Amino acid sequence: MVALVAGVVGFFVVLRGSAFAAHAIPNGSFAGAAAAALVGTNTLLGLGIFSLAGALGIGWLGRRGRHDVVTALVLVLMLGLGGLFVSLQSQYAPETYSILFGEILGVSNNELAPTAGLGLACVVTVAVLYRRLMISSVLAETGAARGVDPFRVELCFLAVLALASTMTVPVVGTLLMFSLMIGPPAAARTLSDRPGRAMALSVALALVTVWGSIAAAYATNDPVGFFVTVIGAGAYTLGRVWATWRRGRAVGDNTGGPGRVERDRVVGRVAEGLLPS
Amino acid sequence: MTEPSEQAKPADAALMAADAARAAEAPLLAVEGVSVRLGGREVLHDVSFAVGAGQFTGLIGSNGAGKTTLLRVILGLTAADSGTVRLAAANGAGHHTGQRARVGYVPQKFAFDSDMPMRARDLVALGIDAQRLGIALPSRRRRERVEQMLAAVDALAFADTRIGSLSGGEQQRVLIAHALISRPQLLLLDEPLANLDLASAQGVVALLARICAEQGIAVLISAHEMNPLLPVLDRIVYLAHGRAASGTTQEVVRADVLSRLYGRHVDVLHVHGRVLVVAGAGDDSDLEGHEGGVSGGSHSGGAEVVL
Ligand SMILES: Nc1ncnc2c1ncn2[C@@H]1O[C@H](COP(=O)(O)OP(=O)(O)O)[C@@H](O)[C@H]1O
Ligand SMILES: [Mg+2]
Repeated sequence: MVALVAGVVGFFVVLRGSAFAAHAIPNGSFAGAAAAALVGTNTLLGLGIFSLAGALGIGWLGRRGRHDVVTALVLVLMLGLGGLFVSLQSQYAPETYSILFGEILGVSNNELAPTAGLGLACVVTVAVLYRRLMISSVLAETGAARGVDPFRVELCFLAVLALASTMTVPVVGTLLMFSLMIGPPAAARTLSDRPGRAMALSVALALVTVWGSIAAAYATNDPVGFFVTVIGAGAYTLGRVWATWRRGRAVGDNTGGPGRVERDRVVGRVAEGLLPS
Repeated sequence: MTEPSEQAKPADAALMAADAARAAEAPLLAVEGVSVRLGGREVLHDVSFAVGAGQFTGLIGSNGAGKTTLLRVILGLTAADSGTVRLAAANGAGHHTGQRARVGYVPQKFAFDSDMPMRARDLVALGIDAQRLGIALPSRRRRERVEQMLAAVDALAFADTRIGSLSGGEQQRVLIAHALISRPQLLLLDEPLANLDLASAQGVVALLARICAEQGIAVLISAHEMNPLLPVLDRIVYLAHGRAASGTTQEVVRADVLSRLYGRHVDVLHVHGRVLVVAGAGDDSDLEGHEGGVSGGSHSGGAEVVL
């Protein structure tokens, strides 16, 4: 479920170039977890409120001018708040600490339902807004001319990002969430040149990353997070190498045809099992 | 549009005749008295012109003349401070409602990452109904429509290439297909020739002229260089300092009209089938020169500012 959400949402994070926001929102939501621990309410609720507030803040303040500056400010503000909340607590809260790194195998049963619900909401929202997200990501002005307000789409997308953070952070932690949302989609887009297939591949790679990391961590006793980042970055590097090699070949044999077709067929077969493109 | 009334007063006869002549062109787009202020400066001042169905109109002006602003006002992306923009009601075929669906747009600025997972044909397919909710299920009809559109803009050869790795001219063709596939009656293009070499520019102009003629789609194309367009233009809207003069090329590209527009004396020179707008001697103005050959189909010229 986490891999599905990370793969789907991450696809648009990379397409829209919102990697920084995808970094800031989960990290900022740490403040929410700390606040929840302080007040004594549900961690998920605190995460949800803070990540949504952060996302809407970034969207609203960033509607004119420099998105990255606003994002950085929101991130720093939220981290500062988080630090404050942690220091206000009398005793050290393990829950808050686990937010940073997640408890991939330790999600309790009563957290499972809301987590799955949030994940489903994310995927459904992306599906409903799919074409609008697409047009406003690649040709915002043309989209606007068709009545797709880029600002509204951006706000919706950041809200989805916030929901995704809320559900995934307790599982994989803020740091890993970020690498899971960037690595697989970035790798997928080098492997396939079709949007639908790239998204399916992105989900597949996220799944492989998560399971591979758990297996590797189990085998070696090293932290899961280490493997998530390594596999994510490794997939991307391999993707780039493949793309470069392919281009070299296409130039080498003047036709460029057979190699392309064969590759598309292979990628297509992998992807078709996963999603209609 | 206002229909000329049958019971016109005799005194208005001349006016009515002019109106009737204009109505015969069935203006698709009427821009009337549009003024726009941006950042405290008047970017457009009392701009009026009309575009008839199936007409090929050039929106000509140097950098900063207000071309992009005017196109954005027509699209409803920028609000006019005064004046109106009217689009004729959707005609017969009309499964499109609202005025926006009927106008196609190719913006001036776009950028595609070279590794963006989108082929030329994916971008064209997105043009069918990008504003709709939900996921577009692939179907044979969609595929065929995309295929036809790609063929219409001569883009089949690179239909399966990533949009980000196409050349500027190829991207323009794909964007034109993206805009046309929603079957607009009016196509707005913002400086599509600006970054193209002469051969690509001629190719795009020929393509647009063909689409305009064959499909009866009105084209409003902005450019800072009028010469590549002159052979195909039905009408011209000349923008300078936010003011506009419109009419046929012969009516507008004249020393007296343009001098009035620029607020100082300019000459219009015809050299080897090209038109140059040149400021009078001693004028140290910011006036642009129009140079660069196409009409004779002869050699290139490269832009050269003549003052
Ligand atoms: N959002 C804006 N705020 C302030 N001034 C603007 C804005 N957009 C455009 N302008 C100014 O309006 C003028 C016309 O711009 P534009 O329509 O882009 O010209 P063109 O497309 O003909 O080059 C320019 O001087 C530009 O600086
Ligand atoms: Mg412009």
